[in-house]
Amino acid sequence: MTTVLRYKFELGCVLVLVLAFVLTQIGVNNFFFFAGFAVVQFVMIATAWNILGGYGGYINFGTAGFLGVGSYTAIALIQWSDVSIVPQIIIGALMAGLLGLFIGYFTLRLRGVYFAIATLALAIVLETFVNNWDFVGGAAGISILPPRNPELLGVMIVDRKGAGIFDNNTEFLFFLISAMAIFSVWIARTIERGKLGRGLNAIKDNEEAAECMGVPTLRLKLVATTVSGSLMGAAGAIFPNYLTFVDPLTAFNLEFAINALAMPMIGGTFTWIGPVIGALLLGTVQQIAIVTISSELNLLILGVVLVIFVVAAPHGIVGWFMKKN
Amino acid sequence: MSDPLLKIESVTKKFGGFTALSNVSLKVHTGERFGLIGPNGSGKTTLINCISGTLQNDGGEIFFDGHDLNGMKPHQRTAAGIARTFQIPRPFHSMTVLDNLKIPIEYVSGIGIGQSEIAEQAMSILETMGMAEKANQETLGLTQIELRKLELARAIAAKPKLLISDEAMAGLTGNEVDEVLEILIGFNEQGMTIIMIEHIMRAVMHFSQRVICLDAGELIAEGKPDEIVKDKGVERAYLGV
Repeated sequence: MTTVLRYKFELGCVLVLVLAFVLTQIGVNNFFFFAGFAVVQFVMIATAWNILGGYGGYINFGTAGFLGVGSYTAIALIQWSDVSIVPQIIIGALMAGLLGLFIGYFTLRLRGVYFAIATLALAIVLETFVNNWDFVGGAAGISILPPRNPELLGVMIVDRKGAGIFDNNTEFLFFLISAMAIFSVWIARTIERGKLGRGLNAIKDNEEAAECMGVPTLRLKLVATTVSGSLMGAAGAIFPNYLTFVDPLTAFNLEFAINALAMPMIGGTFTWIGPVIGALLLGTVQQIAIVTISSELNLLILGVVLVIFVVAAPHGIVGWFMKKN
Repeated sequence: MSDPLLKIESVTKKFGGFTALSNVSLKVHTGERFGLIGPNGSGKTTLINCISGTLQNDGGEIFFDGHDLNGMKPHQRTAAGIARTFQIPRPFHSMTVLDNLKIPIEYVSGIGIGQSEIAEQAMSILETMGMAEKANQETLGLTQIELRKLELARAIAAKPKLLISDEAMAGLTGNEVDEVLEILIGFNEQGMTIIMIEHIMRAVMHFSQRVICLDAGELIAEGKPDEIVKDKGVERAYLGV
């Protein structure tokens, strides 16, 4: 029994994943998976953002840049030789991780608002680059046709006639992003509870004191940007398959950057559950608003909610509850 | 005499056109209690920053325990055995007092040991400092003396060979100063070399075996405490006469 309790988080992860799988098998309306994908993708993005932003205190405004690199790596791979989705995600994550390491090395000497501005510039520079890269569609964008009957290790994944594990691509992508989001949350929680997380917290509290207390601050921050960036890249690499049409405006949309920092702040930045709660809550509200009111209302909702939380609950929902107890 | 633990040779530090340290040389021996005095703006903290690595000196060399410190990052210098406190306490404010001490233990003095042992070691230092009952308190509610003690305790948790205490007693009452002095002398008796920067003359003169005085970035006097207080140059630096 104690072993079970010890691994209750891991068991919870498995349970959620099983639940996601069961949902795809019982004939739920397909729109649920389409909207659900967007919400779960935000869980992943917010969790990734929080590794650097929440634990380390470095506000990254360049989320869209990392997502875009993931998306366009996937597109380039498809254009190059129809690489399948799993390698797309892995290579997308690697590229975004490398970008994180590179950008981190040059910008992590900047603090506070200067770091934020540098990361914001990153997204814009990358968008301009892709705008001028015809191989991946340039400014006009590109249509991606998901493979009709994808297979993985000889197993048929999607088949409309029921011969595959999933009946359609949306169900498959929903399951895949769920698995990736759970993996991200597991990574974030492992970091948070380990030496790295405690070091990052010390950096957030006082970087100079942390360095003088033996914390290799630059190395820790580089690890954080790399891990955070590669998770964002993975979340971006799956995007072309979901959208089927990608243009730079969508892939590098600033709305991602705003959501990525608003969700952890609303949920609570100091623990892994914060970004998850924030993303599930805000993501769901936004999806409902898109259907019932208008897609343009999203940013307004986000802004209002963020202002309310910054004023009324600066430590987010998690912080609010912890205080109550 | 054996090689000094810390050897500073003609260290110079400039901020633009302003020379904060010019050609400062000094030696600190193992087990010594060393006082560093000088009027405000004389370069004491700059010298400490150059030793701990938060600033890189522009000229000269610093050797510590066989290491050439030039180019070494602050965390590498801490790993080599130098720990410092800050003039204005800089606690990790999102952590409890105990967790503050765990950071240098986990990253420097107790690499690879388990969490429960880290907590034990941190607790034992807090007990020595008389702060055990504050262990699980947030740092935000601490008083001035508690913050100063935490600053010292956290540096001591790195188990340094050389502890640099930068005005650990500023703002404390007479009794509190005695309390901190007693703690520092206790650690010195266990073999820790200590450099003390202090404005409270009574404390630094009582504590130090040897004192140097900086003025306008230059070393103007060096000697035993009673020699330093009689030194004409020191008098001039402080009183301007």
